[in-house]
Order: sequence, then C-alpha cells, then structure tokens
Amino acid sequence: MPDEFAVELINVAKQFDQVVAVDNVSLQIRDGEFFSLLGPSGCGKTTTLRMIGGFEMPTSGNVLIGGEIQGFKPPFQRPVNTVFQSYALFPHMTIFDNVAFGLQMKKVSKSEIKQRVNEMLELVQLSDVGRRKPNQLSGGQQQRIALARALINKPKVLLLDEPLGALDLKLRKAMQLELKALQQRVGITFIYVTHDQEEALTMSDRIAVMNQGKVLHLDTPEEIYEHPANRFVADFIGETNFMEGKVSQLNEERVFVAVDDQVPVPLLPTRDVQLGQVVTVAVRPEKLSVSAEKKREVDIPGTIDEVIYIGTDIRYIVRITEKTTLAVREQNRGGLSAQRFSIGDHIHIGWYARNASLLTE
Amino acid sequence: MNKNKRKQWRVFGLIFPSLFWLVVFFAIPLILVLAMSFGERGTYGGVIWNFNLENFARFFDFSDPLYLRIFGRTLYIAAITTLVSFLIGYPMAFWIASQPEKRRNSLLMMLMLPFWTNFLVRTYAWILILRDQGVINTIWAGHFHNAVVWLVAVLPGLPLDWLVQATSNPLPLFGTNLAIIIGLTYGWLPDMVLPCYAAIERFDGSLVEAAQDLYANRVQAFFRVIFPLTLPGVVAGSILVFIPSLGAYVTPDLLGGAKSVMIGNIIYSQFMSARDYPFGAAISFVLMALMLAGTLFYFRFTVAGQKGEPGHD
Ligand SMILES: Nc1ncnc2c1ncn2[C@@H]1O[C@H](COP(=O)(O)OP(=O)(O)OP(=O)(O)O)[C@@H](O)[C@H]1O
Ligand SMILES: [Mg+2]
Repeated sequence: MPDEFAVELINVAKQFDQVVAVDNVSLQIRDGEFFSLLGPSGCGKTTTLRMIGGFEMPTSGNVLIGGEIQGFKPPFQRPVNTVFQSYALFPHMTIFDNVAFGLQMKKVSKSEIKQRVNEMLELVQLSDVGRRKPNQLSGGQQQRIALARALINKPKVLLLDEPLGALDLKLRKAMQLELKALQQRVGITFIYVTHDQEEALTMSDRIAVMNQGKVLHLDTPEEIYEHPANRFVADFIGETNFMEGKVSQLNEERVFVAVDDQVPVPLLPTRDVQLGQVVTVAVRPEKLSVSAEKKREVDIPGTIDEVIYIGTDIRYIVRITEKTTLAVREQNRGGLSAQRFSIGDHIHIGWYARNASLLTE
Repeated sequence: MNKNKRKQWRVFGLIFPSLFWLVVFFAIPLILVLAMSFGERGTYGGVIWNFNLENFARFFDFSDPLYLRIFGRTLYIAAITTLVSFLIGYPMAFWIASQPEKRRNSLLMMLMLPFWTNFLVRTYAWILILRDQGVINTIWAGHFHNAVVWLVAVLPGLPLDWLVQATSNPLPLFGTNLAIIIGLTYGWLPDMVLPCYAAIERFDGSLVEAAQDLYANRVQAFFRVIFPLTLPGVVAGSILVFIPSLGAYVTPDLLGGAKSVMIGNIIYSQFMSARDYPFGAAISFVLMALMLAGTLFYFRFTVAGQKGEPGHD
C-alpha cells in the first residue's frame, strides 16, 4: 500500500537555529505526478525539496521515497535527482561530461554512456553542443542541459527548484510547456518548486500551497483556484475580492453573510458556520459582471469609483459600502458593449452564488 | 583636443611615481646585471666589458657540472618544498574555509602572525630546534634514549637494542637538505595557504551538491569537482612557494651545510667573496629566466582555466 506514492512526507519538520523553516508537513505525491510546491519567498519550499533530496535532514518526521524510509541517507543513495535553481553545471567539464557524470559515477560502460548521452541531448534538442563548456550556452540551453543531466539517470522522482527562475518571461513560458510535455513523455514524477502561481497553475497536476512552513491547501489547480481553503490561498493565487461580514441567516440552500453589517450576500452552504460568526466572502473579479439593472442571483448595488482600461479587459472598481470596494473584470469584447459605464454611475454587480467562497480563516 | 592633452598629462602625472620607481630600481639594475653577465672579471674584481659567453659556458659545463649539480639540487629542494607546502597547505586552507565565517578571519590572522617577527629570527629559531643539542635531539637522543636504556635494564629480555643504538646519536637534521626543506616550507607555507583558501572559499558549494546528487560520494566529489576547480589557487600557491625557494639564500645559509649549498648561496659568494660579478650576474640571469618561465606558465594556465568558469547569469 505505501508504495502507491512516489514520495511521502510524514509530519516532517525542519528547524534552523531559531527559524522553523518547515512546520510539520505531511503530503503524498503520486507516481508520475507533476506536483508543485507553491508559496511566497521564505515559506520553506526549498527546504522541503532539499529534505526529499537528502541535502537537509529533517529535525523530526519521515521522508519516504517509493515507500522506503530515507532516514539520514545521503543524496547519492537516494533514487532522486535534482535540477538546481542556478543549474550548478560543472564549469570545467564539457556538456557531454556534465550529462554523462551520473552514469560515470554509476560505472556504466563507455559505449552505453555515449549512446545515452546523445539520446538525452537529442531529447532536449541540443544534439550539437556536447563539446562546449557550460558558459558557452545561453541561459535556456543551460537549463535544458541541467534537466538532461538529471533525467539521464532515470530517477524515480525529479526535484526541480525554480528551474525557470533565471529565464526571461517569454522563454519561461515556452519552457513551461516544454517541461510539462517532457514530463508526460518520460513519465517521471516531478516535484516542482516555484513562487510563480501562474506557472504552478499551468503545469501542475496538483499543488501544495505553502506559507510559513505549513501546507495550507493541497489540491488540483482548478480546486485551489475555484475553492481556496483560506484567505491566504485565495489572496496568493490570482486576484480576489474580499468582503468581511457576519453570518446573518442560515438555511438548507443558502448562507447569508451581511457584509459590513449591511449588504446581505448569499452563498452555497459549504462549510460549518454558525449564525453570527465573523467570516470572509471571497470572489474573483472575472466572476463579477456590471449591469444597469439586476441580472444575476446575487445582486449588489454600487457606485463606480474607477474605470481602468487594460486592453483585453476593462476593470471597474465599484463601491458597495463605506468600507468595501470590489474589483470587476469585464472582457473587452469591443463593439457597443465596450466601456459602457463611467465614474459615478449607479450600477448593479452580479454573480452566481457558487462562484463565491466562504472563508473562516 | 586641448582637453585630451591635459588629460594625458594628468594620467602621466599619476603613473609617473610608479614608472620612475620601476625604471630606477628595477629596469636599470636589471639591464646592468644583464650587461655584466656578458663581461669578464677584472684582476682586482672589477668588470671588463668585453662581450663574451664565457660565464654561461662555465655554468653549463657538462664535463665539470659543479654548478649544474647545485642548480639541480636547488630545483629539487624547491620542488620538494612546494610539494610539502601543498600537502600541508591545501588541507589547511580547506579546513579554514569550512569554519564558520567569524572564526575564519582569526585563523587566517593566526597564520600570518609569525610574520610579524623577523625572518632571520624565525630561521634562527629553527637552528635551536634542529641542531644536535636542539629541542628534537634533546628529546630523541636524550630523554627518549635514557628511557629506552632504562627499560632495557629493567626488562633485559626486551628486543630493543636496535632502538638503543638508533637513539644513541642525535638525528642528523641540522645542515641537511631536510633542514632547508623544513625551513623553507615553514617560511612560505602561508603563500600556499592563502591562494588555496581564496580559491576554496570562492568555490560554489552547490556544485558539490550537484555531484552528490549525481551519485558521487565525498571522495569522488572532491577529485572530480572541487579539486579541478580550485586548481588555479594551487598553481598560484605553488608558484609563490617555488620561486622564492629557488632563490633562497638565508635559509640554506643558516640551516644548510656544505653539502646543501643552493644557487642563492653561490650567487652571494660570487658577488661578495669571489668578487666575480660577471659570473654572479650570469647565474642570476639563468635563475631569473627559470622564474620567468614558471610565471608565464602560471598565466597561461589561469587564462586557459578561466575559459571554463561559469558565465554570469
Ligand atoms: N541553512 C539555513 N540556515 C538558517 N536558516 C535557513 C537555512 N535555509 C533556510 N533557512 C530559513 O528557512 C526559511 C525557509 O527557507 P527556504 O529556502 O526553504 O524558503 P523558500 O520557500 O525556498 O524561499 P524562496 O522562494 O525565497 O527560495 C527561511 O526563513 C530561511 O531564512
Ligand atoms: Mg527557494
């Protein structure tokens, strides 16, 4: 049973002097999965990854790889390989020797090494750079070589620490797709560290959102985006409108939250809440629409505070109470509908109840 | 244009002191010595400026290789000194570089501390350690010898006669090549440690992690990654030890004996006692040519090595 998982962390914690870098994390990563660790800087992503790789030892808890407890095994005894953020290519060796390094250490025969290195270089589409030194390659090429150097060992799990961090935006986007395609082709479990939420959403099968050493939400990209578990996740992933209020009414079909004690907002009854509890309602700007009169189930009157033209979208900032404004994102479809409202207009904001989340923490 | 000229003058003004220093104290004496090496010793010790190659012929005389032999010994002593300095200095540099940052500086400080004392005084100290009545032999041929003798007397069956024999005479340390090598290694060790330390300290630790990740154990990671990448430091240190060892004068003079004369002593005696300036100048030039070759080799090596250094990202 335990070997269903490629990697399993059980109550893993890591403390550096005074700093608790990873705080009692448990997770299970499935075989062949593209799994991302996502979170802001300093939240413990790298430390978690390094504990899987064997570069740090947990202060407490267990790391299992392929069902085996790793204990204090050093990196060279673990069936994982790492792509380092700075690539860490050996500057004094040719690209060929860099890629061949792992096989050489495993005493694979020369002819097999040659064949496999060439195959690998082909896989990352860099067949003819074998004789160059790493500093004679571009950043993107170095990145691919780092990937090839790790993948050639056919690890059970590949660990990647912000492997695209040093690339410019355009190249990064291209590499994201390439990496994902490669992962599906080779079928190896990827554990991918990033602080870029868009990157995580595009590439991952599942994401663990971390903050301050804890995993706050672990699910598929869609679930995390549509139904964030708490305020931090909702805020960190994408853009979200938050409304504070108390639960004012409860029934079988709806929960009503009185935002700022005035505006009643209906939500699906998804969580254990009590009457009078202070909660937060979260709803994404693109789920909202602005109209002259009531159109959707949830309907809140407001006044337009600001109109921002972003090309693909038009953004309205709408005041619904003294304290609260909501951002609305409407697609710019052109024609007559473009930029229908202007500052000061009294309008209605509408959305579907299922699109808003009720957060208690 | 005017502005440019003024700028040129200012630059010239700035470099003038060092240029002056170089010309007066380096270039002129060097040219003088070179010219002298093609001259001939005058009857009363002066120089007769008749251009000939006699001095070099005398040095490179294979039928009577007196000077070549000394030269060979000098190379040998300098090479062993460099090797020993490396074998002690590299691990030392490694150890210092692996200490917490605060302690590193005080360790480096301790390494340099003896240099606040005059070199001559420190070399004299080695005489006190190495000579027949010195620290080592007082223990070896004194206390240790007595202890062994006593032990044999108490337990007559013990097969220790050979040790009684061995310790009955002081170890021949003083006045040997070994004494010179010890003295030189002691003197130039920091020149090995510092460049090695600089290279090791600058070394990117993630490369070791990468090697370990790729199944290299510690030993393999060291020889495949750390050592090749810190080699420029080793080469720099080796040259900094080798070159002054080649030209050593004080150390062989004080710690060596008649059978361990080095080329520096020969040059000294040609100038100071034999009063054969031209021959002394010729030997100096051969030595200098060798040092130049070594230095060029170093620059070649480091420039070639830099090709492989990581690009900035
Ligand atoms: N070797 C160490 N010694 C002391 N503290 C450390 C060490 N490594 C990490 N930390 C601390 O542990 C915490 C988590 O660090 P970690 O590198 O895992 O963060 P991260 O999520 O990877 O951040 P980033 O996105 O900036 O890379 C930070 O507060 C960091 O300062
Ligand atoms: Mg990190």
